[in-house]
Amino acid sequence: MRMFHLLAALILAACLAAAQGNVEKGKTLWVKDGCYSCHGTDGHGGAGPKLAPRPMAVASFIAIVRHPPVSSMPTFTAKVISDADLTDMWAYLKSIPDPPAVKDIPLLNQ
Amino acid sequence: MASKKTSVPRRGFLKGAAALAGTVPIAMAQQTQVAQNRGAGRAAPAETTGAARAEVLTNERPGADFMLDVIKSLGIEFAAANPASSCRGLHESIINYGANKNPELLTCCHEESSVAMGHGFAKIDGKPMMAMVHGTVGTQHAAMAIYNAYCDRVPTIVILGNEMDAVARRSYVEWTHSAQDAASIIRDYTKWDDNPASLQHFAESMVRAYKIAMTPPMGPVAIIASGKLQEEPIEESNLRIPKLGRVIPPQGDAGAVAEAAKMLVEAENPVIVAGRLARTPAGIKLLVELADTLQASVNDQRNRMNFPSNHPLYNTGNVANADVVLALEVEDIFMLTHRMSPLNRIGMDAPKRITKDTAKLISISSVDLFQKSNYQDFARYNEVDLAIPGDGEATLPALIEACKRLITADRRRALQERGSKLAEVSKRNRAQAREQAAVGWDSSPLTSARISAELWAQIKNEDWSLVGNDQFFARWPTRLWNFDKHYQFIGGSGGEGVGYGAPGAVGAALANKKHGRLTINIQNDGDLNYAPGVLWTAVHHQIPMLTIMNNNRGYHQEVMFITTMAARANRDVSRAHIGTKLIEPNIDYATMAKGYGMQGIGPITDPKDVGPAIKRGIEIAKRGEPVLIDTVTQGR
Repeated sequence: MRMFHLLAALILAACLAAAQGNVEKGKTLWVKDGCYSCHGTDGHGGAGPKLAPRPMAVASFIAIVRHPPVSSMPTFTAKVISDADLTDMWAYLKSIPDPPAVKDIPLLNQ
Repeated sequence: MASKKTSVPRRGFLKGAAALAGTVPIAMAQQTQVAQNRGAGRAAPAETTGAARAEVLTNERPGADFMLDVIKSLGIEFAAANPASSCRGLHESIINYGANKNPELLTCCHEESSVAMGHGFAKIDGKPMMAMVHGTVGTQHAAMAIYNAYCDRVPTIVILGNEMDAVARRSYVEWTHSAQDAASIIRDYTKWDDNPASLQHFAESMVRAYKIAMTPPMGPVAIIASGKLQEEPIEESNLRIPKLGRVIPPQGDAGAVAEAAKMLVEAENPVIVAGRLARTPAGIKLLVELADTLQASVNDQRNRMNFPSNHPLYNTGNVANADVVLALEVEDIFMLTHRMSPLNRIGMDAPKRITKDTAKLISISSVDLFQKSNYQDFARYNEVDLAIPGDGEATLPALIEACKRLITADRRRALQERGSKLAEVSKRNRAQAREQAAVGWDSSPLTSARISAELWAQIKNEDWSLVGNDQFFARWPTRLWNFDKHYQFIGGSGGEGVGYGAPGAVGAALANKKHGRLTINIQNDGDLNYAPGVLWTAVHHQIPMLTIMNNNRGYHQEVMFITTMAARANRDVSRAHIGTKLIEPNIDYATMAKGYGMQGIGPITDPKDVGPAIKRGIEIAKRGEPVLIDTVTQGR
């Protein structure tokens, strides 16, 4: 049953990925639904792992939100955050540019 | 010197006055008038009580003077207090008889601040301060701070003002401010308390309390100062102050230490875990010597400044891979060696042991010598193979020598090879930290990594001391700075009681002041709002300190908890800010600081403004003033 759900989520997520998602809407949802609280407003990580820049594929992203690995991350069902909303969030994460390289930040080369 | 002409015990005077009056209402009225006059600390005006009575209403040698002599004998430098009428005798003796020096009175706006200041002070200075509080309402305010000091094993002396003698209570307020057993509400989290009935009793109990507080495991103690003993003339003869003597920390059993050394030297992958180990700077040197001798990783729990953060053996080990784990003053070994079900799971699985079945666990801890039962800070039972009760720091010299005796030339070569591999891990850890710090470098709200890097650039050549915990700053200072001195880090609150941060930092800054150190406090916003009046205390007493607000505009840990609970219940996660965020309106901490007379800078939201603000803040702190910079930060 669990495998079935996972497979269904992956297929659905793949379809939604084609639409790419809405960056602005995703940015608002990222904060509104509390994702920022563990992963940072720019997905740079914090209490939870770094997710941006260069996030994982949208299908994997949605699959992990639905079935997080054994960690403190809550399970967010589609009743709580829809696949469409997650796709928008993923689009926002994907829009975040790379940070400057460490070698180009003098303060990190002290 | 007491004046024989004017010093008359109040009891004797009242007895005579009542007899002369002849009726109860008049006697009561006279007593009330006398009480008011005495409460105001001046002789009664002639027109109301008569010149003859005014002469006998002074006492130039109150018992509080002797109490102060006792306190001075212990070398206590500061007495923090929110003025409390039940401590008024001692208060007056400190400022006049004692010339407000050793101890100097520190004006506090909350008893929680008074105790927490002593908590922070002791972790820098190594010696306790004193707090004076009402035995009732003041103790209730102080309770959480006392609990923090208890859990953090920090010596603190709390004087509780109280009036046991019911007939000596002059008003209803004094009835509500009296208790039969004033220390009862803090007895579960103090090492010892007493209620002295005489001045000599007070002397012995104060010296005993100091000794108990300073003997590992250290902790808070409470002494009740009777109102009558403080205020009435000294009538006891042959008063003497007992000798404190040197207090030697308990050392672990020599045979057990030899056994531990054998296990450690023979281990292929030992990991040393340091909890509240280094009580003094010597503790760091000893731990470095042990780690270098064994070429073993030191995993520092950051409860104290235990080990240099850039040492090649710092945080390079994993207890899951260890064959021997040495836990030095670690409170919760169970959580060190097990994983519990995360919060997002329904039901609780059996805790999973993460160490190998064959791994041997050794603990050296003074906490094994002293535990209480009500509050559960002792955690799960420590199922170790060899428990050595004794102070970690005091036991290290014997352990180091025992290890050195067992290491052969062949073994030394093998250990050096292990050390080289761990040094590579250390290098990777440092590089990885810098990579992670770069992510979100230009974000707003600011990342704690960016602020930490900006700070380090400007303090690294100063004699600095970080007195705020970096736990909620994602440990970025620990990961990016070079900590190598004992006063550069003091850990957290101990009991996780929020409200410790600001007063603890001010107390630590006070201890740093005499050394001219640049004190840095990373201050969580939720914490400051418990008792922000301590900012005024810092200004009033000219305690220099640079406070950087970690202003994430909420109780962020709780935001994450409530989000998890909503998701767990399959309900709306977008409402987790209700009851957890400090928004609408946002709190302007720079303005708050200014209101207390402190220089305030910010709020700062643009990362480019952080560096210049820190530069200005350091200039102010180096002039000898406290200053606050409000930086608006990410959740973590």
